[in-house]
Amino acid sequence: MLIPINWLKEYVDIEDLSVRKLSDGLTMSGSHVDSIISLNKGIRKVVVGKILSLTSHMDADNLRIAQVDVGSKVVQIVTGALNIKSDDLVPIALDGAFLPGNRIINDTVIRGKASQGMMCSYEELGVEDKLVPKESKNGILILPTEFELGKDINEVLGFQGSILDIEITFNRPDCLSILGIARESAATFEKKFSFPKIEILKAEDEIGQYLKEVRIDSPDLCTRYYAKVIKDVKIGPSPLWLQRKIMDAGMRPVNNIVDATNYVMIEMGQPLHAFDLEKMQDRKVIVRAARDGETILTLDKEIRLLSSDMCVIADQENAQCIGGVMGGYESEITENTQLIIMECANFNSKSIRFTSKKLGLRSEASSRNEKSLSPQNVSYANERVCQIIEQIGAGTIVNGHYDVGVTDFIEKTVMMRPYKCDELLGIRIDTDKKLKILNSLEIESRMEGEVIVSTIPHFRPDIEQEADLIEEVGRIFGFERIQPQVLKGNILKGTRSDLGNLEENIKSYLSGIGFCEITTYSFISPKKYAMLNIPQDSLLNRDIRIINPLGEDFSSMRTTLMPGVMDVVAKNTNCGNKTGRLYEVGNIFRSEVIPVIDLPQEICTLSMAMYGDTDYYQMKGVADNIFRQYQIEVEYLSVNDNPSFHPGRTAGIYHNDICLGIMGEIHPAVTKKFDIREKVYIAELNVEKILSLQITDRKYVEIPKFPSITRDMALVIADEFEVGEVIKEIDGRNYEFLEKVKFFDMYKGKGIEEGFKSLAFSFVFRSKNRTLNDEEINQIFNNIVRDLKKRFNAHLR
Amino acid sequence: MEEKLMRIQRDVLLQIEQVDNMKDLENIRVQVLGKKGELTSLLRTMGSLSFEERPLIGKIANEVREIINQKIEEAKSSISIKQQELDLINEKIDVTIPGNFIALGHRHPLMQVKRRLEDLFLSMGFDVVEGPEIDTVGNNFDDLNAPEDHPSRDKTDTFYITENLLLRTQTSPVQIRTMKSRKPPIRIVSAGRTFRFDDVDDTHSPMFHQMECLVVDKGVTMANLKDSIDKFVKVLFGENMKTRFRPHNFPFTEPSAEVDVSCLKCMGTGCDACNFTGWSMELLGCGMVHPNVLRNCGIDPDVYSGYAFGMGIDRVTMVKYGLSDIRLLFDNDIRFLEQF
Repeated sequence: MLIPINWLKEYVDIEDLSVRKLSDGLTMSGSHVDSIISLNKGIRKVVVGKILSLTSHMDADNLRIAQVDVGSKVVQIVTGALNIKSDDLVPIALDGAFLPGNRIINDTVIRGKASQGMMCSYEELGVEDKLVPKESKNGILILPTEFELGKDINEVLGFQGSILDIEITFNRPDCLSILGIARESAATFEKKFSFPKIEILKAEDEIGQYLKEVRIDSPDLCTRYYAKVIKDVKIGPSPLWLQRKIMDAGMRPVNNIVDATNYVMIEMGQPLHAFDLEKMQDRKVIVRAARDGETILTLDKEIRLLSSDMCVIADQENAQCIGGVMGGYESEITENTQLIIMECANFNSKSIRFTSKKLGLRSEASSRNEKSLSPQNVSYANERVCQIIEQIGAGTIVNGHYDVGVTDFIEKTVMMRPYKCDELLGIRIDTDKKLKILNSLEIESRMEGEVIVSTIPHFRPDIEQEADLIEEVGRIFGFERIQPQVLKGNILKGTRSDLGNLEENIKSYLSGIGFCEITTYSFISPKKYAMLNIPQDSLLNRDIRIINPLGEDFSSMRTTLMPGVMDVVAKNTNCGNKTGRLYEVGNIFRSEVIPVIDLPQEICTLSMAMYGDTDYYQMKGVADNIFRQYQIEVEYLSVNDNPSFHPGRTAGIYHNDICLGIMGEIHPAVTKKFDIREKVYIAELNVEKILSLQITDRKYVEIPKFPSITRDMALVIADEFEVGEVIKEIDGRNYEFLEKVKFFDMYKGKGIEEGFKSLAFSFVFRSKNRTLNDEEINQIFNNIVRDLKKRFNAHLR
Repeated sequence: MEEKLMRIQRDVLLQIEQVDNMKDLENIRVQVLGKKGELTSLLRTMGSLSFEERPLIGKIANEVREIINQKIEEAKSSISIKQQELDLINEKIDVTIPGNFIALGHRHPLMQVKRRLEDLFLSMGFDVVEGPEIDTVGNNFDDLNAPEDHPSRDKTDTFYITENLLLRTQTSPVQIRTMKSRKPPIRIVSAGRTFRFDDVDDTHSPMFHQMECLVVDKGVTMANLKDSIDKFVKVLFGENMKTRFRPHNFPFTEPSAEVDVSCLKCMGTGCDACNFTGWSMELLGCGMVHPNVLRNCGIDPDVYSGYAFGMGIDRVTMVKYGLSDIRLLFDNDIRFLEQF
């Protein structure tokens, strides 16, 4: 909200405050000043001049020569401006003038003619394009009011003082107004606030003569409708003071009537709408719900399709305005309008918000109407705008008004226990001070017994209970005056969840072995599942969708971390990062029922990826260590039918029947789709399963006292058998003294028959009680060889 | 005989003195003390000595053997010391050649900041609590006292899964979940992913991270809130950091405030980065838990009070590491990740 300080000063006596002090004070009492905009644009030697004559330039078709009276003298100016005529008052930059943007104007000669200065546009005077009135756009600023010739333009246009840009919170629509901020200033600085005196000097006729009926058919969409009629309207530009005031508050002048409504909206925070009474069939105003499919041509000449949850202002037949959002083109005020209805109404804020969003229409009016405004303000604002219209001579006010809808207002009282206030804020504030603060905010408050009873003014519907009053007292008293105090109470011991601790451990481990942690979005493009060749009927394709995503690319709640990880691998290989060890810990989303009804399952998942200078076994080693650390026994079972992965280089990871995850080389067809030329290895593990299976209880096992004996074995075996099977077979037989069997090499080629391979194992034998001798080990070793021959038809190399 | 012995001793000792390597020394030992050595051979001729001479010469011979042995040992150790010195010289390497590359892993900067914040509050007695990314409208809005017409509920602000399920827009629903499942005293910190309908640009991302603290107990005051935040800001940004509590509005707290901290560029003296105010705006939002929120969770606001505050972790991370583009955090370029 833009608050020109000079305007603010009309209602609150803050003459003695510097801009900085005002801004800091307001910020610290809750009206956060985002920025201070100086109106001083550094303009010098620009004055009001009157165009005496305009003659054409002999040597240039598009130039004219103006003689301009600047008070002290007459100057000649060569100009290309088209919108000027004799007798117009315009700003003249004289020889040596400074303009915004470090521009200096000097006497010059244009096409052989002396030019002693320059006529200025609003833009050249540093006014934002969007604020410039239509008639001065793309041309010279033509002053609409008489001024002494030679007068400094800074004075004329009020280019002095500052504007505060204040952030208004959702609960305080009353502060979307100069008066609201004036009230806040008064309370903050203990100054006197004065509400403008509203009076109409001369009213004629009776409203009934012009407007037959005003009624609300949809009280749920409009609570109160207050109408006035203005006759003998003369549409034209409004006086400069009015134009400049609303420009400083961020609005573009349109014409005297519209400017007056905007003036009051900025002043009081209550939107108004003026429209042509003679366009209303049967001279009736009916506030009703739009009919589904009904259309209206709005002010901006767009045809709008309406629905029954929108409010329209209609005549007997047609919708003429979209209530509280935008006026209609038909009933718009034009140069010929003579009779207007001034509407001021309290609309259903939710419906306004819905309507303006649905139609893509957002205006200063709708942005206020979509908040809870005071229905009582409606009458004040309408009388006030009539006063302004009378004051600027834009029309004659007709006696009387229509006031329909809710007009009875129940006064709300809220109680506050003074001690409760002190308890919550943690500071003791005198009861008198509390009362003074509340009353300074126009919240009439008094002691009744032990409690403060406050009558809540109509413009503060946000105050509903004790805590709200405590906040008022606290913020005006000043949060900065509350002294910090250490939190009391039993000292609790902070803990992390088991899952949180496990996550931390895994992350530490991975960081320690050279992995970088990544963070990718929880929502992905559903196309990624297809890029991973995930079959239609896979669980991974039963994803939860966002109904209003930012776009398809962000619409599916991921059922696996792989798409994000693959994208990151792709990005890194493409920008030349030759090797990568990456991981992410994050949630995947699963639901039994699709579309989802209840809260879905969120499963904490770890996805690790490696590419460049690596292989399957490195990835497996990384995964192995995780299971080793948490003492979970797992086996890797070959998976050849997962289309995301290489059919010959992929394993499911199992503890008994529980699947902990999958790992392997990504299928070359998939890496190709992701535009990755490297081989990529991924292991995706269910962290919650690791948590439930981990063994945290450690018991000491005695370190062996007697030496071990190691025997190596080179075994020739048919290709079809996997090392895992051989080890499982050996482990399953529980050979006496066999402590450990370890695979250490595989060989195929020269010396080994086609279809066979040579596997090298190392066997460690040990007894707890004594040193073993060679003979007994030979015996066991031979038994192993015998059994392996029987089972796999394998033999020693 | 005695003469012969003394001559051997003299000759051998002389030889030993001149020896400079183990091999020659060993040769000398074999030559003199070996089975066929000079001394050994000489002693074999002892049989020809008279009965009286034998013990005498025997004694001398033993002494000679002892002396020679001792000298050999001494020479051995001096040679080995010399050899070691020689080895050390020969083994000199260029210590300035870079070490072998051992990959160093890196935690994501967001996660580092998240962890650091959590640890800080853990040490202050807060439990670290997690909540789901998909939550109910009830937990995310209704029970947090968000007005029914609050714009944050709109489909242009919040991602919805169904009419009743959404991607949480804040970590605050964890407050509701906690207050409904635990009895006061409560001290929790919760950090995680949050989502809002924002297009991606330098400072916005539809997914971001928040951290949130909640305390509910008897007699919790705004003065306590100020103390906790002061401490936390100082730990995070340094002792010289000042805080400013600016009244604000949040549906779930009353009174509410936004906290500004000293401008990180000028530390409060005023510069163009802080618009000459000396303050960095809106580091976090805070306030006293709204009585409606306590009631919604079955806690009597006349008995208990509480405070809550929360902030964007992404913002803190960006400020801390000097990032100007939030996209860097989600691009996961290894050259970026390796810097932290």
